[in-house]
Amino acid sequence: MSDKNDKSLLEKMEESQVWKSIIRSGIPRTRRQRMHAILGSVFLHLHPARLPKHAVKVGYTWCMGGLSFFLFVNLTITGILLMFYYRPTVEYAFTDIIDLSEQVPLGIMRELHRWAAHSMVLIVWLHMVRVFMTGSYKPPREFNWGIGVILMVLTMLLSFTGYLLPWDQLAIWAVTVGSNMARATPFLGNEGPGAALLAIGDINLVHVGSDVRFALLGGRFVGEATLLRFYVLHCIAIPFVAMIFMAVHFWRIRKDGGISGPL
Amino acid sequence: MNITALKSLIDALSAPTISFTILTVIFPFIFPPSDWFEKIHRKSGLWRIWTKLGGVIGMILITAFFVIGYFDPYFNKTLTKADNFPIVLMIYSMWFYIWLGMFKAYRNDIRLDQGLKPNEYNDPDDKVLVWPDLVYIEFIALILFQVFLIVWSIIVAAPIEEPANPAATPNPSKAPWYFLGLQEMLVYYDPWIAGVLLPTFIIVGLMAIPYVDINKKGDGYYSFRERRVGMFIFMYGWVVLWLFLIIIGTFFRGPNWNFFGPFEYWDIHKVEALTNVNLSELLWVKWFNQGLPSNILIREGLGFVITGLYLFVLPVILAKTYLKDMYAAYGPTRFVTIMMLGLVMLALPIKMYLRWVFNLQYIVAIPEWFFNI
Ligand code: HEM
Repeated sequence: MSDKNDKSLLEKMEESQVWKSIIRSGIPRTRRQRMHAILGSVFLHLHPARLPKHAVKVGYTWCMGGLSFFLFVNLTITGILLMFYYRPTVEYAFTDIIDLSEQVPLGIMRELHRWAAHSMVLIVWLHMVRVFMTGSYKPPREFNWGIGVILMVLTMLLSFTGYLLPWDQLAIWAVTVGSNMARATPFLGNEGPGAALLAIGDINLVHVGSDVRFALLGGRFVGEATLLRFYVLHCIAIPFVAMIFMAVHFWRIRKDGGISGPL
Repeated sequence: MNITALKSLIDALSAPTISFTILTVIFPFIFPPSDWFEKIHRKSGLWRIWTKLGGVIGMILITAFFVIGYFDPYFNKTLTKADNFPIVLMIYSMWFYIWLGMFKAYRNDIRLDQGLKPNEYNDPDDKVLVWPDLVYIEFIALILFQVFLIVWSIIVAAPIEEPANPAATPNPSKAPWYFLGLQEMLVYYDPWIAGVLLPTFIIVGLMAIPYVDINKKGDGYYSFRERRVGMFIFMYGWVVLWLFLIIIGTFFRGPNWNFFGPFEYWDIHKVEALTNVNLSELLWVKWFNQGLPSNILIREGLGFVITGLYLFVLPVILAKTYLKDMYAAYGPTRFVTIMMLGLVMLALPIKMYLRWVFNLQYIVAIPEWFFNI
């Protein structure tokens, strides 16, 4: 009976029903418990339980893939907080952005979101450079490299669509410069080569009011409809697609035999 | 040398004609793709770039550039724009990580020469537990990065300019920094190529890398010599044709997209003579001394022939002569893919030089069809 009183608070806690229901294996002390800590958690089980030594070294992966994912999660959280305040209309967008730093307590949420977004583009690039330099795209990881390229494009599109939302001069002109190129898409843009061929008799099918640029902007210039379109793309559509590709990316890392390494 | 002279020297050197040429010429001696380049790489001491000393000197040079820039009244304006800070980070981090990768690669190359396994190698039975060995590294990386972001956010306010005004076009209007490479390509190619075709080729080309690179070596560890050609091509595309164009677009392009050295005043009234001519004008007007033919295909015939020769005949000739061995090893599909991607990539610097040397505007100029090359 006496040893019962000798138990520390921690040990008592570990034996309680509540604790055991949440963390089944107890505080990971033994090898077995540590493996279980990874396998039993929905978040951590993205990882295998054991890895070759080089794969956990910062010097090998530079942690860049992990940081890309961290930034994505980070941006989702700060982005949701921004959505509480921001209204995507020409009337309110700009003033809501001003209010974010002037009226909202601890008003650095916009900064956190913007700088994390710039960082993510950079970190994803560095991740690609690392994967190239270690030759990790070679078989059997060819497909996952392709998934990665798509993720990189999505990351840049996310950043680009978000750039418009503050609705200031910087925003609309950067997006105007970017989307003007769509005008020149072969066959699909009104100033693209071949577009004139898509005509029935005298009637052009591809003109200023029907080309890809119009579809992207929801109008002939960057305006109210563009703002709404970019908002939906930025907050819902692209993150949704990116999440699916990330799921495939992570799954394939495991299925392709885990992190690459010399044989 | 005093600081003003140094600044004007840097201004002069930064002109794309000069800086791009220097980078392109020196590049194969830094990432040597063949024995001949390797020999000079060793003899000239350029290999020292990938030693610890080289890494530190690189960092010092970058820092010196930014410090001088910070105290320069003109460069300060570009440098301290909140949205340009990511490019400062880009220059530091790209330099550091490419250096680190090459440093590790060179160490491994020496080990491989001696018949040893690469540094990353470990006994397959000797595994470590993810909890705690990896989880805590990830945790630290995440915390550090979050701290960095918070500090950055407190120090630098996110930019906000005047409310959007569709009637007032800023000069210059710049795309976000990660697209400035593409915007810079607009100087040399029309939007359908610079804004649509080249991005498509970049994406497809990146995705094709694992399928066209049949070199099995260098998988899972840093190495250079075993895959030097692949490394050279990737690094040239990445560093010179992507990152460097972003740097030009950010720091060296002012009003009307004119070139300005980093320490130069952005004069809106700077006029650059527009004397560019099309190949068809050169051919008919200058050489044949007559008017342009009215038939578009005849008018642009020479341009079509040159483009066709470059894209479709050159690969065939190469496959039969200079690259015969490569053709045999890679097979027709891979060979054609590599040629197409490679020639389109090379078309960018080629067009740049045609512009700089001959003031050539378009090789094929059919504005009637929006088809200019
Ligand atoms: C949102 C973007 C991305 C995220 C969140 C992401 C995440 C990750 C993570 C966590 C890893 C594990 C190893 C590591 O940290 O390096 C990884 C590996 C990998 N990534 Fe990505 N990645 C992204 C983009 C890319 C891109 C742009 C590429 C290439 C073009 C790429 C190709 C690969 C490949 C081939 C591996 C396997 C590497 C190996 O086995 O050594 N990924 N990725």
